[in-house]
Amino acid sequence: MGNRTCECGHVNPKGTVLCESCGKPMEGNQHIDGNEPNKLLNMRYDGSARRSKTYNKTFVDKVWNFFSSVKVGVWLIVLVLVASAIGTIYPQEMNNQSPLPAAQYYVEEYGITGKIYYQLGFHDLYGSWWYLLLVAGLAISLVIASLDRVVPLYRSLKKQKPKRHTTFMQRQRLFGKAEQATEQDKEEMIANLKKKRYKITEQEGHVLAEKGRFSRWGPYVNHIGLIIFLMGVMLRSVPFMYIDETLWVREGETEPIPGTDGQYYIENVDFFVETYDESDPRFKDALEQEGTVVSNYQTDAIIYERTDDGLPGVEPELTKIQEGAIQVNNPIKVDGFGLYQTTYQLNEFKSMSFKIHETNDKEEKAIGGEFTIDLMNPESEYILENGMRVEIVSYFPEFDMEDGEPVSVSKYPKNPAFVLNVYPPEDPNSPETSFLAIGANLDPEENNQYKVSITNFETRDVTGLTITKDRTLWILALGGLIFMIGVVQGMYWPHRRIWIQPKEQGFWLAAHTNKNWFGMKKEIQQVIEGTDVPMVNDQVEQEQ
Amino acid sequence: MDKKKKRLIFRSVLLTIMVLMTVYAVYTNLTSDKKAVLQVGDEAPNFELPTMNINNKETLKLEDYKGQGVMLNFWATYCGPCKEEMPYMQQLYPAYKEKGVEIIAINLDKSKLVVEQFLDEYGLTFPVVQDTTSEVMQLYDVGALPASYFVGPDGKIEHKIIGALTLENLEGYLQDITPES
Repeated sequence: MGNRTCECGHVNPKGTVLCESCGKPMEGNQHIDGNEPNKLLNMRYDGSARRSKTYNKTFVDKVWNFFSSVKVGVWLIVLVLVASAIGTIYPQEMNNQSPLPAAQYYVEEYGITGKIYYQLGFHDLYGSWWYLLLVAGLAISLVIASLDRVVPLYRSLKKQKPKRHTTFMQRQRLFGKAEQATEQDKEEMIANLKKKRYKITEQEGHVLAEKGRFSRWGPYVNHIGLIIFLMGVMLRSVPFMYIDETLWVREGETEPIPGTDGQYYIENVDFFVETYDESDPRFKDALEQEGTVVSNYQTDAIIYERTDDGLPGVEPELTKIQEGAIQVNNPIKVDGFGLYQTTYQLNEFKSMSFKIHETNDKEEKAIGGEFTIDLMNPESEYILENGMRVEIVSYFPEFDMEDGEPVSVSKYPKNPAFVLNVYPPEDPNSPETSFLAIGANLDPEENNQYKVSITNFETRDVTGLTITKDRTLWILALGGLIFMIGVVQGMYWPHRRIWIQPKEQGFWLAAHTNKNWFGMKKEIQQVIEGTDVPMVNDQVEQEQ
Repeated sequence: MDKKKKRLIFRSVLLTIMVLMTVYAVYTNLTSDKKAVLQVGDEAPNFELPTMNINNKETLKLEDYKGQGVMLNFWATYCGPCKEEMPYMQQLYPAYKEKGVEIIAINLDKSKLVVEQFLDEYGLTFPVVQDTTSEVMQLYDVGALPASYFVGPDGKIEHKIIGALTLENLEGYLQDITPES
């Protein structure tokens, strides 16, 4: 691996390309940075010894070197990007409103490609193991590749001496000989450099002027931020850190808030939707054009805390701790949980009132008064004022026909239907059966003497809330901030160095910057102004 | 050579830490995916719910059945597959009751009436309790119905089955939780 001791006397780590101290190309290592056929030196990482390129013996080293490779890192980024892009072709499972399970949904909706999409886990990309492995691999690559570069670079920049090897000087992109220049010119240049905030170090008449070295750490600061960000994202799978649930609450009902282990409850006092006033002259024209426009969705809610330690399932003892309105973008906050207004259903049935009249009575005059059925919890029978008895034989909260059979498809009274038995007062042993549903009032035998008719109904609204808790936000913000600091640090400042090497006649001048060569040249021009020092040559431009 | 050894140790430790973090992240993501906070092998959490068909008992606690095998069946009257497996449970119940296995059916309807009518129609004799607020359902991380937990005599969950059971596999699971006599 070449000689480690440079002729300047400095002992370099194995695999060093340019001597840490004087910058002389180390014999036998020039292939590493591809310096051999070129006139100019590759100054990336200052020719420091990146260990990944030099040491490759045990299994651990092989794994390490795999992740240390920038090529591997770039490929991982490309793979994550491509996978993420493919993940947007069909809808993700979590945004899918279909009642079908994912296994059926994708194949039925999209055919064979949908099936492959599902089987490869693209339908739940962030939850699929290979995607997680790719992202984790990227994180590992970031850590190892950064470590393998930042440590040698730091060492190299720390050890650098103003006294450079002549080859190093000659093989810099900006190089010039100031053979006519005097000692006074040199002093003037140094004074000018100081004015431009260069840090000057001298060694036996050799001068190094340097500024903006901290910009070299920008990429690594940026990677630290990215890793903190990724950790924050990973923590979202821990319920303590992150919860995202939905909850439906009917007006007048109290429900446990999911994610709080039954500690908090919410009561929906009232839900309403408000619209812009059409008679308001400010909105009149717009509303005529657009129709009705909603101005507010609101749930008036009460938050309770459970104060007994009963088992789950037992009616809880509740203490009111908060009362207020939940509006879109204006949640109620309780103990780190945010309750957000997300959706609603208007006018679900709550109760229905009925009367009984004689079937052939055109005026449908009620006999024996009315009875009201609570649709959430109906009684098995209702006895009217005149002693008439109405029995609920079957109740279907959300009525539907399935294979010719009446069934309910949910527990909520969205489409209530009943089979009722009416026991006439004169003959309490031979009931009359009738079937009632929305828009239907059937008498199976068609010989009923009495008919049950709906007189009134009550409805209520259901509010749909999203319950969130996110303790990862500050981690994400911190990661993002560090990420941006790194970007700014690396992007907005160049790392510039100017070397002055004394010669028998005058001196040599070489300069290097990691970006913005135009700016570097302009700065040198300003620094040599008023001296006999000629402008340095741009050896890249010369070659072209 | 001491330096090389140090380097190897450093690399090994850092790689191990990162691999462990990756494994943890993948594992938690894959499990939280199924919302199965309750796993096979966990203690079945206790609850107390009002009974629908036991005359001398207002409420029922899971811990009342300590030492017995318990099948917890989450169901509702509006759930088709639940209705299919109910007769199987009724068919096997008397024999397994003798052997020290209890079947508790946790109903998730809102109204009492529909459940009572269902019980009359199907003639169920095992205890049925009602969880109108779905609190116990949430406690057991049940999403789709029917779902059944088979709890061994030691109070630990032995099987979690989502979807309807056939007579054969129901009997198999019941056998698994039968206490040794």
